[in-house]
Amino acid sequence: MMERPLTHHLKDDGTALSLAEYRATGGYEALHKALSGMAAEDVLEEVRSANLRGRGGAGFPTGVKWSLVPRGEGAPHPKYLVANADEMEPGAFKDRLLLERNPHLLLEGMLLAAYAIEADVAYIFLRGEYVDPARCLRKALAEARDAGLIGTHILGSDFSLELHLHISAGRYICGEETALINALEGKRATPRAKPPFPQISGAWGRPTVVNNVETLCNVAPIVRHGADWYRSLGLGDESGTKLFGASGRVRRPGIWELPMGTSIREIFEICAGGMQEGYGLRGFLPGGGSTDFLLPQHLDLPMTYESIGQAGSRMGTGTLIVLDDRTCPVGMVLNLERFFAQESCGWCTPCRDGLPWTRQLLEAIEAGQGRPEDLATLEEHCGFMGPGKTFCALAPGAMEPLQSALKFFRDDFERHIAEGRCPYRQA
Amino acid sequence: MAEVFARDTGWSQVYLSDEERAEIEREAECYPRREGLCIEALRIVQRHRGWVSDHSLAAIADYLNVDAAEVESVATFYNLIYRRPVGRRVILLCNSVTCWMLGCETLRTRIQAELGIDFGETSADGEFTLLPVTCLGDCDHAPAALIGDRHHHDLDPDRIVALLRQSREDE
Repeated sequence: MMERPLTHHLKDDGTALSLAEYRATGGYEALHKALSGMAAEDVLEEVRSANLRGRGGAGFPTGVKWSLVPRGEGAPHPKYLVANADEMEPGAFKDRLLLERNPHLLLEGMLLAAYAIEADVAYIFLRGEYVDPARCLRKALAEARDAGLIGTHILGSDFSLELHLHISAGRYICGEETALINALEGKRATPRAKPPFPQISGAWGRPTVVNNVETLCNVAPIVRHGADWYRSLGLGDESGTKLFGASGRVRRPGIWELPMGTSIREIFEICAGGMQEGYGLRGFLPGGGSTDFLLPQHLDLPMTYESIGQAGSRMGTGTLIVLDDRTCPVGMVLNLERFFAQESCGWCTPCRDGLPWTRQLLEAIEAGQGRPEDLATLEEHCGFMGPGKTFCALAPGAMEPLQSALKFFRDDFERHIAEGRCPYRQA
Repeated sequence: MAEVFARDTGWSQVYLSDEERAEIEREAECYPRREGLCIEALRIVQRHRGWVSDHSLAAIADYLNVDAAEVESVATFYNLIYRRPVGRRVILLCNSVTCWMLGCETLRTRIQAELGIDFGETSADGEFTLLPVTCLGDCDHAPAALIGDRHHHDLDPDRIVALLRQSREDE
């Protein structure tokens, strides 16, 4: 039977596991194990050798991220751990599932991560629109506090941790870890220059680790069952499981926990049931709004950071956004670029000015007022806002669906311009 | 306005309610520095008063002992801080990509017909304000929206109208 450490114990009624219910599934045993017999270094080593990689989209090895934090005697304190629960990527809906259904899995993962990096204070950085997750987390935090799992001398050990919930006031850029740190400090969420990396100088100038919710939810199962077990869950060389999803005109949109390396076809055809009656598959964004389109010919690729990267896109959040043959690709890209233009923090010029310009060009094309030379201008923008040209990854991410749409759905752009109207709209 | 923007006026003591101040102090325990409370303070005052007026802004600046321009720069940065009055309930209609593909524009049109408001507008009776919102993370049940602090999904035009009428009767 396939093992699903993140979702196996979720309740069918859709409510969150209480502390007692979580404990009945073996919850907090990893914390007991760590605090009663493992050094901080041992926990870190277990996660490193499990090959856990960041589930927020970038795929950076979690153990390596943690190992850059100064530890031991002479390390600066307080140190901070932050769970990034600012899930705002269009088309991403995986962290919400974990927050609403198994909040203690996150809390236990945070306790273990904080233990490993010797953090003193932890925050859950939650987006303000996540009202139901906020309710679930508040209840779980109260339960954990009452049970002595948060606070001083946790489970009678020397380990102490304060854990707070920060509710954000809403900006996509807060998902970028240095922007998130500015937001946590009560400032505008503009990204910071790196170096210094947050592990050296993060929140309030102290060593800080920011990890995605799903990443942290993997930590307790790894510590409990060991790195070898975790590595065996993935397919081929891949480690662990991943929450994959599909949305759009598919038969059964949803989220599924599957081995890392599962093929896109299995997610799309078996889990999501393929396209709805009367709709054909044009393409899909494999991992949220800031990833390049892929085509039906890519369905047999395994969902791994490398294989999706080699195909010219990114696995990102692992949540497919499916484009059907009755939806206008230009309209879809316009919707995405409107979002990115709105959410640019305004810090650097290419992004602040380039994204609204991109949006205007797409608005004109979609309205049937585009000019043939606009396509070359859009391609120039993809270069001007590509990797390395902007302060952070927001604008390069915004260019990914655009540059791939210009390549794969070129006919659609050209028809809009030639016919002076959107061909998908009823006359 | 100039006088209320001046520092150290004691304006916050006059303006902020005991409850607002107590809530800000509770949040203060979670952060190492008081100026870091800016977003929490804005959220707390907005929860009590519906939006953040210039007077509220000045009071927060005074209370946290930070510059009012600093608080303004933060307040205007975040999508969920309202610097203009809003209705008793804010409708946050998701218009991100999946909800767009699955018909959020028809919801918007229907809300317009029902309440006479488009994005950024408040109904004449002061009951509802309609705003777009970024992906609510419910793409497998699109389209989705928040009405006040209630999350709704699998919406269609009839259903959102029913929810709006029902939420009028709540409380």
